[in-house]
Amino acid sequence: MSILKVENIKKSFGNVEVLKDISFSLEKGEVLSIIGSSGSGKTTLLRCLNFLEFAENGKIIVDDEELVDFALHDKQNDEALRQKRLNFGLVFQSFNLFPQYNILKNLTLAVELLEGVKKKDKEKLQEINNRAMDLLKRVGLEDKVYAYPCELSGGQQQRVAIARALMLSPKILCFDEPTSALDPELTGEVLRVIRELRDGNTTMIIVTHEMNFAKNVSDKVIFMADGIIEEVGAPAQIFDNPKSPRLKEFLSSSLKD
Amino acid sequence: MSFVQVSLALLEGFLQNCYLFGATLLLALPLGLVISLGSMSKFKPLKFITKAFVWVIRGTPLMLQLFVVFYVPGLVFNTPMKSRMTAALIAFVINYAAYFSEIYRGGIESIPKGQYEAGQVLGMTKTQIFFKVVLMQVVKRILPPMSNEIITLVKDTSLARVIAVSEILMEATDFSSQGLIWPLFYTALFFLAFCGGLTLLFNYIEKKFDYYRG
Repeated sequence: MSILKVENIKKSFGNVEVLKDISFSLEKGEVLSIIGSSGSGKTTLLRCLNFLEFAENGKIIVDDEELVDFALHDKQNDEALRQKRLNFGLVFQSFNLFPQYNILKNLTLAVELLEGVKKKDKEKLQEINNRAMDLLKRVGLEDKVYAYPCELSGGQQQRVAIARALMLSPKILCFDEPTSALDPELTGEVLRVIRELRDGNTTMIIVTHEMNFAKNVSDKVIFMADGIIEEVGAPAQIFDNPKSPRLKEFLSSSLKD
Repeated sequence: MSFVQVSLALLEGFLQNCYLFGATLLLALPLGLVISLGSMSKFKPLKFITKAFVWVIRGTPLMLQLFVVFYVPGLVFNTPMKSRMTAALIAFVINYAAYFSEIYRGGIESIPKGQYEAGQVLGMTKTQIFFKVVLMQVVKRILPPMSNEIITLVKDTSLARVIAVSEILMEATDFSSQGLIWPLFYTALFFLAFCGGLTLLFNYIEKKFDYYRG
């Protein structure tokens, strides 16, 4: 049984069709990488999954539950969508940590709000804090609990962002070019965390420009071009035995350097 | 007329300025936020009305607005303003709320979209995102323009004398009409002291927000 089914997603910005009938599925514990040149629609696809963009058509089905049929969606059920989007977590290219809160609060804020925890409920707050500490340990930042985002390097900030997304235990964790805003020497620490998550059987969708990483970490790779899935398959097939001429061209130009 | 007598008379006048200042701030700060939300609304008519309102208020002299608030209720609706101070307060609140609203708008629009999106994907409501994520960052960003505007307000309170609110400059000109000119210049010390205190206060608040960047 697929944990995620995406069916016939279509999305335009004005007259430009960014996504033209995208369908794919994902099994539990699988890691899917989406590659493709800039403007191919991969980030927009990820944003549709997280309801940051609304497609004109298409369905998103998680665990056999239809989260949304974009063709029927009207703005009135935003509140329901807010709950449904928690099936997904999203790690942004630019981290988007909350600068005015320390690292611990960055992790706990959303959970406290979602569960409506009162300030007096010390036990519950402690429990949430403990969960945050565990996650910070997992990403190797237990010594930065009380630091502020501006005091951290980009790589550390991104690891906090990953921990923050994990706080809500999403079924599917999405990454939007998680290392693109980082200095080359800092990408390693972020990729290591993602690799550990894969080993822990986290279901993930990763939009990335790191070809070697996509090749090593994924169970499945989608190559997008001009809003369509040009080719999909196991990493070995995509990277070592590409069929589509556009994929061949893309790989030869992006592996050149 | 002794120095002490003059000082006391001016101080009495300055208390009127202080009252007008404090009450204007208390009312115009929240009202400005409401207006700024209106001017950023996706609902076109509301956006248009608030923009037009801000245009009119910023586009006409505060002195004229004081006259309008003081005289128009009596002339047009036959219900004269009973209190000069209330009339002054209404005019000041409306005027400053319009200016504050633009400062808020600048601050709110300067917050990166990613902050809203991060809140959204973490399941926060729009209200939670505004109050828990955005507002604190806005406050930090608007502190310098806000303190500027607030210090301007201190001195603008003197304009209330055009509708005969007995504020400090009114008291001082009373002296000068009796041939005593120096109290007029003496009033500067009151304003300087007050603004000096405010400057220290704003520096302190800005320092408080120094613990983070962004």
